[in-house]
Amino acid sequence: MEKKKSIWKSLQLGLGVLVIMVVYAYGFEITNVNLEELQSERRQNSLVRVMRALAQPEIFEYEQAEQVVNFPFYVTCPPEGTPIEPELDTSNAYITVSPTCAEPGEIVTVEGFNFAANVSGPVRFVPGSDPTNLVSIGRDTVTTDGSGYFSLQFEVPKRPSEEVQYVRATLRENVGLPRFTRTAHETWDKIIETVFLALLATTVGTLLAIPLSFIAARNLMKPVRSPLTSVSLSTLGLPVGMMTGFYVVDWISKIAAPLTGNLITNIAVVSLVPVGIWFATRWAMPPEELTVPPLGLRMARMLVLSLATIASFFWLFHLSGLTSILGRLADQSLGSIGFMGNFLYQLSDILKLLVPSLGALAAGFTLSSFLGRLGQRISEKLTGATLKVLNLVLAAAAGATIFLLFGALIEWLYQIGRPEYTYYIPGGIGAGLGLLLAMLTKAKDTLPVGMVIYTVTRTLLNGLRSIEALVMAIVFVIAVGIGPFAGVLALGLHTIVSLAKLYSEQVESIAAGPLEAIEATGANRLQTIIYAVIPQIVPPYISYTMYRWDINVRMSTIIGFVGGGGIGFLLQQNINLLNYRAAAAQMLAIAVVVSLMDYISSEMRERVV
Amino acid sequence: MLQIKNLTKIYDGGVQALHNVTFDVPKGQFLAVIGLSGSGKSTLLRCINRLIEPTDGKIFWNGEDITAATPDEMRRIRRKIGMVFQHFNLVHRSPVLTNVLAGRLGYVNPAWSLLNRFPGNDVKKAMKQLERVGIADKANHRADELSGGQQQRVGIARALMQDPEIILADEPVASLDPVLAHSIMKHLEEINKNDGVTVLCSLHFLDLVHRYADRVVALNEGELVFEGLPQDIDDKKFKEIYGRDAERVG
Repeated sequence: MEKKKSIWKSLQLGLGVLVIMVVYAYGFEITNVNLEELQSERRQNSLVRVMRALAQPEIFEYEQAEQVVNFPFYVTCPPEGTPIEPELDTSNAYITVSPTCAEPGEIVTVEGFNFAANVSGPVRFVPGSDPTNLVSIGRDTVTTDGSGYFSLQFEVPKRPSEEVQYVRATLRENVGLPRFTRTAHETWDKIIETVFLALLATTVGTLLAIPLSFIAARNLMKPVRSPLTSVSLSTLGLPVGMMTGFYVVDWISKIAAPLTGNLITNIAVVSLVPVGIWFATRWAMPPEELTVPPLGLRMARMLVLSLATIASFFWLFHLSGLTSILGRLADQSLGSIGFMGNFLYQLSDILKLLVPSLGALAAGFTLSSFLGRLGQRISEKLTGATLKVLNLVLAAAAGATIFLLFGALIEWLYQIGRPEYTYYIPGGIGAGLGLLLAMLTKAKDTLPVGMVIYTVTRTLLNGLRSIEALVMAIVFVIAVGIGPFAGVLALGLHTIVSLAKLYSEQVESIAAGPLEAIEATGANRLQTIIYAVIPQIVPPYISYTMYRWDINVRMSTIIGFVGGGGIGFLLQQNINLLNYRAAAAQMLAIAVVVSLMDYISSEMRERVV
Repeated sequence: MLQIKNLTKIYDGGVQALHNVTFDVPKGQFLAVIGLSGSGKSTLLRCINRLIEPTDGKIFWNGEDITAATPDEMRRIRRKIGMVFQHFNLVHRSPVLTNVLAGRLGYVNPAWSLLNRFPGNDVKKAMKQLERVGIADKANHRADELSGGQQQRVGIARALMQDPEIILADEPVASLDPVLAHSIMKHLEEINKNDGVTVLCSLHFLDLVHRYADRVVALNEGELVFEGLPQDIDDKKFKEIYGRDAERVG
């Protein structure tokens, strides 16, 4: 028995080793591990060349003083005999070639005199009879000694000619102080672009990840439960509200449009409307109420709040108009800091773009939550049987709405053009599922809506997170064109999804005690989040944001490879042009910036947390 | 008047925390809830303000059924029920004043909470409550800079901000030394006697029960095993409440 077991064990071990060997053998096969190639002389030569270039990043250069001297030379000696040496100006630098004519392939001696000390440069054969010819042959370089003399054994190239040709020495000397190369300047520009690309992406990502992280946190979402009536009504309310909001804001923009171009109306609206909104909200939202106000008053308040909301959108359009005008003025008059004007101008554009979606979202969520509360009330007031019927209708409508929206998305993506597949059948299925749900649940039961939203959000986040930012950049390059803006969008989106995940894990790990205590005071969900959750998550949120900025700086250095802007674009270009010394400068810049960011972010994290 | 009728709580895992518990608490009484750890004291207190949903049974408060209250009604009920916790449950990184003001959240408009704004009267009131529990000088300190006894006083001040009619105290002194325990209990007693606030307080030490409670209910494995005056707990009753092997220590 004992022995059998040990045999079985060694068999298992042997089999395990065999499997591992097979796995690695296959790995070697498909990754083309080939050390012979590495040892070949050709590869090693180019490797050495590249490594040497990389070791000399093209950052500094000198002004160079050049001494160019030609010496007449005949390849194949002329039939009339060795040409006589020309008159040499021995007061300046000069070279001699001896003999003054030779056959191709012969070795002649080139000597240089009176050059500057310790300078170097190429010695070349200049074909043709023109001493100013820029074409030259050969690869020799020489360096003068302390007295400005050099001597070189020079192989005559195969360029026979009856006419006189030349040997040319071009000796260069660094003069003055070192200065930055063009590559260095370009690298600097792009590295700044890179850092700001990362900054913008991190900012956008963080702002959007924070609200997402709350609905992706299990401990906050688990207690969220609503009766079916409320869920169906708020599901119906979201798209209706969003559409209404979009059209209302569109309408406001049309009203505001003729006025937004005028500086004076802009200033008037931007400064006066907030006062009105302030008083309206102060009246409509009293800070503290001990009793439930009568229905009439509540209706009046809601009306005032809606008017205030419309006014605030009107205000936003005027704000956009005002910043746009100010931006243009500043751009023209501020000179070197005109980019501030451009910044304002772009901000106004962003605002103008964002306002309709903001309006749609605001109206959607308001209507949705209002209908949700209404549903809550209805399910409290009505009796079981009536409620059941109502639930059946509402759930069917809500289910159909969800499926129709998905159908519309599919239609838009794949352009099927067959309404029965994208609208009628899915609508029917949705309605059927809604009916089924309404039939299976008791009329007054609460459904775990929170967990449904949590699961959907988490799935979406995990799905998007698995797409690399580099791949997203490719899509955004198509959407907004090559340049850093595409990189900002791609990195921003990736930041949103990955930070939302990290943040939500922090929310899940907070202490439950304060949450319970705040809830016990009668605080609603929003208040609980603000007073019990947010104070607890500030340090980890800051820490993760810093960490993400770090990652974004690193990512933004390569996002240029696919056209996303930043230094990667330059780096890739130089590598493709085999301009390794320039590429080395960019690699150096990346290394410096990344390690600097690393250091700064860890310092700041230590300070804050 | 708080009436608890046939209250039963079975947790999701099947653990029965409360079994058919019935008792009344007259207004203004200081009621001690005793029992071993795990006997259901915390569950009982949390069912009263529905931090835990009871499985079965009813809780009436001034004639209103708490267990049937809608979320909106629950907000109004909860703001009249203060709660004090064993581990104080303060928000550590917030200032003491904010922690105390949080007691007002059931009253203020949620929209203003977004801006972290409390009405001026509430701030004045919060300072007064802090004076009452003797730590007004700590108002701007972070809550986690305070000692345990001070933190519990902040917890009491927070409960007082609610203008409570009932205070639920869940082992308020279990994490404190005996001297601090008495000082915290005295605060609760003072609130009970002067403001007429009903106090339901779960306690471990019988000497505290004898010293402060008007009446006692005892739980054992979720069942009500004793209801009466503190002095009625004799050795036989004690063994019934705490089990056969228990020894009296205090």
